[in-house]
Amino acid sequence: MLYFIEQSLNGVQLGMLLFLLAAGLTLIFGIMDLVNLAHGSLYMLGAYFAATFAALTDSFVLGAILAIVASLIAGMALEVIAIRPLYRRDHLGQVLGTFGLLLFFDELVRLVWGPAGMTLSLPDAMLSAVQILPGIYYPVYRLVIMAVTLAVAGLLYVIVMRTRLGMLIRAGASNREMVGALGVNITLLYTLVFGLGAALAGLAGLMQAPILTVQIGMGENILILAFLVIAIGGIGSIRGAFVAALLVGLVDTVGRAFVPDLLHTFLSEAAASSLGRSLSSMMIYLLMAVVLVARPEGLFPAAGR
Amino acid sequence: MTAALNPRAAVSAGVVAVLALIPLYAWLTGDVFALTLFTRVLILALAAVSLNLIMGYGGMISFGHAAYIGIGGYAVGILWREGFASGFVQWPVAVAVSALFALVVGALSLRTRGVYCLMITLAFAQMIYYVASGLDRYGGDDGLTIRSRSEFGGLVDLSDTTQFYYLCLALLVASIYLVWRLVNSRFGLAIQGARSNERRMRAIGFPTFRYKLACFVIAGALCGLAGVLLANHTNFISPAMMFWTRSGDLIVMAVLGGLGTSFGPLIGAVTYLLLEEALSRLTDYPGLFLGPALLLVAIYLHGGIAALLGARRDG
Amino acid sequence: MVEPLLEVESLTKRFGGVVASDAVTLDIPRGEFHAVIGPNGAGKSTLIALLAGEIAPQAGAIRFAGADVTDLSVDRRNRLGLARSFQITTLFRDFTALDNVALAVQAHSGHSFRFWRDARRDARLREPAEAVLARVGLAARGAVRVDRLSHGEQRQLEIALALATKPRMLLLDEPMAGMGPEESARMLALLSELKGALTVLLIEHDMETVFALADRITVLVYGRVIASGAPAAIKADAAVRQAYLGEGHE
Repeated sequence: MLYFIEQSLNGVQLGMLLFLLAAGLTLIFGIMDLVNLAHGSLYMLGAYFAATFAALTDSFVLGAILAIVASLIAGMALEVIAIRPLYRRDHLGQVLGTFGLLLFFDELVRLVWGPAGMTLSLPDAMLSAVQILPGIYYPVYRLVIMAVTLAVAGLLYVIVMRTRLGMLIRAGASNREMVGALGVNITLLYTLVFGLGAALAGLAGLMQAPILTVQIGMGENILILAFLVIAIGGIGSIRGAFVAALLVGLVDTVGRAFVPDLLHTFLSEAAASSLGRSLSSMMIYLLMAVVLVARPEGLFPAAGR
Repeated sequence: MTAALNPRAAVSAGVVAVLALIPLYAWLTGDVFALTLFTRVLILALAAVSLNLIMGYGGMISFGHAAYIGIGGYAVGILWREGFASGFVQWPVAVAVSALFALVVGALSLRTRGVYCLMITLAFAQMIYYVASGLDRYGGDDGLTIRSRSEFGGLVDLSDTTQFYYLCLALLVASIYLVWRLVNSRFGLAIQGARSNERRMRAIGFPTFRYKLACFVIAGALCGLAGVLLANHTNFISPAMMFWTRSGDLIVMAVLGGLGTSFGPLIGAVTYLLLEEALSRLTDYPGLFLGPALLLVAIYLHGGIAALLGARRDG
Repeated sequence: MVEPLLEVESLTKRFGGVVASDAVTLDIPRGEFHAVIGPNGAGKSTLIALLAGEIAPQAGAIRFAGADVTDLSVDRRNRLGLARSFQITTLFRDFTALDNVALAVQAHSGHSFRFWRDARRDARLREPAEAVLARVGLAARGAVRVDRLSHGEQRQLEIALALATKPRMLLLDEPMAGMGPEESARMLALLSELKGALTVLLIEHDMETVFALADRITVLVYGRVIASGAPAAIKADAAVRQAYLGEGHE
């Protein structure tokens, strides 16, 4: 039972990270109609930036902040240089172009930081565990991740629902041409949105760095999950991304923790372990299949699309 | 459908001619690696042909095509491991299972549009990837070494690299020809019509779903054949060959060459793989150049390389 | 008494809070040339979409040639003999005019699971297609790609596609949309030829055409049928004048 709670919390925490990644991706897809395979690269860069700046400044927090700023700038620069010409291409052309960027960034990171990967250590304050429920201790850092993400989610909500920028974003998600016709500087809007997505991806990357990894190719693995999340949540919907990310995080983590054991109860040792691994990895895909059969446009499809 | 002498036909004929001469070159110079490299080019070109059929002519997206390569390859590997070394058993099984998988994926994904279709095909490929990773008996994550190639009695000896090369070339050319015939048949026009304007197709009385699904299955089967060849070529199969970035490679080849053209997939495969190879020899960081090259093609060459050679979409 | 070819009973369609079709009831006997008119936003295109099968009604039924087609798909209905043309040109743009019509012929020539023979050299498809092109006046333009045809020619091709499906009834959605006077005259001539040969439901804004061709007219306003009958009666109907004709706008 304790284990279940712990795993559920881990699932929520994974969901939070996925949300950061998916929020950017769904905004970019919803507003600019761009399939961006390089989104995982921005996630990777965030982690590398953080590790580098933290080492330079000897402070995790300072390194994190600098990394977010760097991700924002990198994202906007990328949009201006390489992404802008892709808007007028069809999705397959965008797949081709952003796939090229993915290859480029993997190699660039290898050039600048070497093939070995990096580590990012937590400050002592975050290394401990706190008692969140009687008898249950949970790592402080994981709670920090959840808190930061919730704060960011709240901030996103305020921006999207209460500011002019947010209004433009919502309008753009449901009717791109109209926003342009209103005389809004679409070009600038797109750059900002892309930059925002990059910053969110970078934040996700740097936050997971101390507990998971900082290495080349880390974006490729998580990008799939992010695409899954936006497919389940509904393209263009941040609310959908939040709900779907939590769902995916929970199903994946709890599934991996319990499915093998579940299978052990009625299958042989060997069969259970190999089937268990496969099945638990597949849980989230099955989740997506179920959701899309019931709701082909995802849980919260953006209106007018 | 004109078979006039245009730059595209000339280049394509030239490419096939050069490909036919590779074993001779390898034999003369002793450059065995060239033979290996070009065999791989042929096999992936076959996979690209199948992808071009559904994407270029059918307008259906598949971001999980590497799954069929994996299924074809694992069929060969698993059957070999269980004592069935005969190609007469392995190959039909591989193609049949690929077709069946395509049937399931197609049935679920073809009713969706755009990105959702992309997601579903991607998801199914990842599912197969995880299934393969869990097959401990067949190597799991590490993959399976297939010590002997498919046996065909006295017909052809696949372990002879030259014979194998020509078999791959023959299958590739045959596939290009068959796809060309298919695309211009009633079935092909129905598929192309569905790509051009599905709404109109239904309005004139076409039940488009069944034709799209059939096309999807044919492409899956053809790609399964490519997987069979690849497993034989490398004497190895592993889940990594089905990871989504491998599907990305195939899409790159198909788009690079020019979607909706007969020789686009071949040109795309040749270009992409040779470029990759050349860059890895020239620099320690090939991706730094390959990546931007793909980006530039995406931005400036809307019809792929075939467009450079004056191609318009067939039909 | 032979049943009407098309029977529409209490057809209702809502989009969110908007009632696009409000209990529309309509009967069209075989051979009749029936026009549907109404101001913009009256729900005319929605009606065609409902009849063609692109959208499903919330309530009501549609019977065609005696059979209930309310739940049938678009392509099934077309195979039963109900063909439509689109208000916004919906053609196969990267194909030639002849290819376009040949596809429609192909759709009604058995199944298309034929993988080998070149369909563009199949006389059984090409010849009927050429005949239809001639009928709409595009005989000379068969080899031209659709995106190179003039707007008027594309509108003619729209009709050709519907005709090539050997329909019993045509649903024509503003065939004259965007046409100049010369093109309109040609379209009018074509429509006159169709009159009597086929059952037609025509949506049009051009009142001259409507009153010249229609056997009966139905007037839709805000999704509701406010009048239905012979042209003379419609012209005289007070409600119609107030809602539509009298306002003097299209």
